[in-house]
Amino acid sequence: MADLFWLIPLIPGLSAIGLIVFGSILPRKWIAWQACSSVLLSFLLAAASFLKLARLPEGTAALAKTLLPWIASGSFASPIAFSLDRLSAVMALVVTGVGLLIHVYSTGYMADDRSFARYFAHLNLFTFFMLVLVLASNIVLMFVGWEGVGLCSYLLIGFWFERPAAAKAGMKAFVVNRVGDAAFIIGVLVLLLNVKSGGFTAINSAAADGLLPAGAATLAAVLLFVGATGKSAQVPLYVWLPDAMEGPTPVSALIHAATMVTAGVYMICRLSGLYTASVPASAVVAWVGGATAVFAATMALVQTDIKKVLAYSTISQIGYMFIGCGVGAYAAGMFHLMTHAFFKGLLFLAAGSVIHALGGEQDMRRMGGLKNRLPVTFPVFLVGAAAISGVPFLSGFFSKDAILTSAYAGGHHVLYGLGLAGAVLTAFYMFRAVYLTFYGKPGAWAEPGGHVHESPPVMTVPLVLLAVLSAVAGFVGLPALFGRDADAFGRFLASSVKSVGHHLGAVTEGGLILLATGAAAGGIALAFVLYRRAPELPRRLASRLPGVHRLLVGRYYVDEAYEAVFVRPLLRGSEAVYRHFDLKVIDGALNGSAASAGLAGRGLNLLQSGLVRDYALAFLIGAILFLGFVLL
Amino acid sequence: MIPASAFFYVAAALFVLGVLAFFVKKDLLTQFMAVEVMLNAGNLAFLAVAKALGKAEGQVVVLFVITVAAAEAVIGLAIIVLIFRQRKSIQTDGLKDLKG
Amino acid sequence: MAWAVFICLTVLCIGSVLAMIISRNQAHNALFLVLSFSSLGGLFGLLDAPFAAVVQVLVYAGAIMVLFLFAIMMFNLKRNPPGGRRTLRIVLTGGLGLVLLAELLVAGREALGGGAAAAHSRDPAALGRLLFTDHLYAFEITSLLILAALVGALALAGRKEGT
Repeated sequence: MADLFWLIPLIPGLSAIGLIVFGSILPRKWIAWQACSSVLLSFLLAAASFLKLARLPEGTAALAKTLLPWIASGSFASPIAFSLDRLSAVMALVVTGVGLLIHVYSTGYMADDRSFARYFAHLNLFTFFMLVLVLASNIVLMFVGWEGVGLCSYLLIGFWFERPAAAKAGMKAFVVNRVGDAAFIIGVLVLLLNVKSGGFTAINSAAADGLLPAGAATLAAVLLFVGATGKSAQVPLYVWLPDAMEGPTPVSALIHAATMVTAGVYMICRLSGLYTASVPASAVVAWVGGATAVFAATMALVQTDIKKVLAYSTISQIGYMFIGCGVGAYAAGMFHLMTHAFFKGLLFLAAGSVIHALGGEQDMRRMGGLKNRLPVTFPVFLVGAAAISGVPFLSGFFSKDAILTSAYAGGHHVLYGLGLAGAVLTAFYMFRAVYLTFYGKPGAWAEPGGHVHESPPVMTVPLVLLAVLSAVAGFVGLPALFGRDADAFGRFLASSVKSVGHHLGAVTEGGLILLATGAAAGGIALAFVLYRRAPELPRRLASRLPGVHRLLVGRYYVDEAYEAVFVRPLLRGSEAVYRHFDLKVIDGALNGSAASAGLAGRGLNLLQSGLVRDYALAFLIGAILFLGFVLL
Repeated sequence: MIPASAFFYVAAALFVLGVLAFFVKKDLLTQFMAVEVMLNAGNLAFLAVAKALGKAEGQVVVLFVITVAAAEAVIGLAIIVLIFRQRKSIQTDGLKDLKG
Repeated sequence: MAWAVFICLTVLCIGSVLAMIISRNQAHNALFLVLSFSSLGGLFGLLDAPFAAVVQVLVYAGAIMVLFLFAIMMFNLKRNPPGGRRTLRIVLTGGLGLVLLAELLVAGREALGGGAAAAHSRDPAALGRLLFTDHLYAFEITSLLILAALVGALALAGRKEGT
């Protein structure tokens, strides 16, 4: 069964094709069953392959399968080949598992939507491309998946394309991603030039053995990371993710929280050999991650749209994952990726449940007091918020701690500080959202004419499952404090990804854990004070520090800066090119050739006077020329 | 003895005169006569070359040319008659139906 | 002696063609051509082709030109009105004609040199032998051709309207 692992991407892919072609004539029940069961099948296959891999002794090579030779030119070959090793098995499980829950949830959330078939077609297509990305055995095929998920992201963000805001957001996502992808391609080329093969094992071993010239390794690693900043929404290419909230909420959960945005992290872990070999590149990764973590968290503090809070939170949390990868703790980065998929997916879906319950309201200022009206949504949201804030023994607590401890142990104390500050901010804004949404005076929904109802089981069951996972998933990666080999997760991944170990004393580790817990507690307490005890305090703070407040609400005016520096000149330039080249030169050439044909015709027309005498003249001239030719 | 080339030059002059006549005149009948002149010039040329090369084939050709010219004149005149019947004129300036 | 005859006949021939070009009266044109063809027949005779000479006078000058005269009489044409703007045409064709003449003269010089002629038989019997053996097919087809022309002329111009 596990030998069929290469079917994992293909099943959703086939389903997608089927839905694209036949979707408009199929009944909704069928579409829902087909879409969900294809992902279910992939999940079962992934689980079976995972178990088989787990039983194999450590250090065995991965399961591999080549489907098509694809590119074979001279000594360079880039086949369509999948490989399942421990890293990709974990990622595949996350993608298919969380994906399955979100597919099921979507059948309820999108039940009243006009384009039910299109939605699931795109969702399946996304799953296909994401799994291609995960299971690819060489970087060229991974790039195919990389681009494909970008395409599906565009399609799904702009799902309700009749809304101008949604269409613009989709376009923005695609274009910003493109900028990153350009850097990615150049990075791939640098690698291919130096390694002569695109396979990941080849690249990693070449880097590890020092076969790559130092400059080339760093250049490639940095360029690939620039691509990752686009895909994973880090500074400077994060601007598309908040706008992407125009898409349906399950899309935000799947693509912009759990899977696509984590592709960058996965890519770096896949190329761990390359990044380990290049210290400058890893530094770049870690510092960009750290800066983004804090930067995005500050913007989340003042958001009023519940989905936007989660969007900035995602940007911030991915920053943490990059910190982990940057300091060499790839397993810690992946661990946080997994727990983040659970609790961020949960938070988005729960937010979707709230929005669905309120008939489309997303502004938290008009919510409030929903605690007793949403008996399932409220507890699970609370669990998610607690997990992300790092409340002890939930999953987020362990994964965040793994990253921060590795940072500290590697001597990156400033990065540790940034991470800790971010933890405080995270706990604060998360519980701010909880208090604004569920506590306090009832919002606009309580007025006459308003209504609120809990979501149907097809939506609440996935919520509960995700909540359970968010709570207990952390126990697979216990810190060394609990025992030398307590980190099952890290050990499992060790054969695929070489992470740096750390050997801190128990006291230091305990101290760090206490610090993290204190940060979480502090943030939650601050939120409690500002939004439960003294609700007029936030307003007074804002009026005391108007500049800061404006800067945060305006999101540091980054979007406006990009618009002025890049977008508008480009648009004006294109307009100019259109007017002076496209219209005048190209159209001119075309019209000119048509006009000259007409001109030639009219000129030749003069020869046809209809008079025999003129034709005879032509004869004569011809005869003279011919005679001349013969005589000479 | 008169050299055959002299006859040939005469034939050439006659031919060119026929061409000129064709372009100068404006009625169909006279232009047709000019064509006959050209044919005769050709005949003279044939005989001149035949004399120069010592073959009798030249005379055979001349005979055939005269015969065919007769047939052609008959048909040509019939056509001119038809044109005249329709247009009451044989000025070539008016025969522009193939224009354009 | 032969030269004198030659010069006379040539002058007559070319002169009458020139007269034909200049004259505007169709009947005069036809008569000038009769004269021209007759002298041409004389030239044929000078070229040791007596049979051709006789046929030329009989058929060409005698039959074909008479046919032309019949046609002229049938049309009953008035004098040609002088055409406008003929100078350009005359100059252009004159020029082209000169070029053509030059080319033909050059061709003639190359082909025939200026040498004396070779003798060949003047005997009509020899001609007849050639005609009925080597060139029999052409001979028979030509006779068919004349028949076709006859029928064609009748079909084309034979009166069908009413009478």
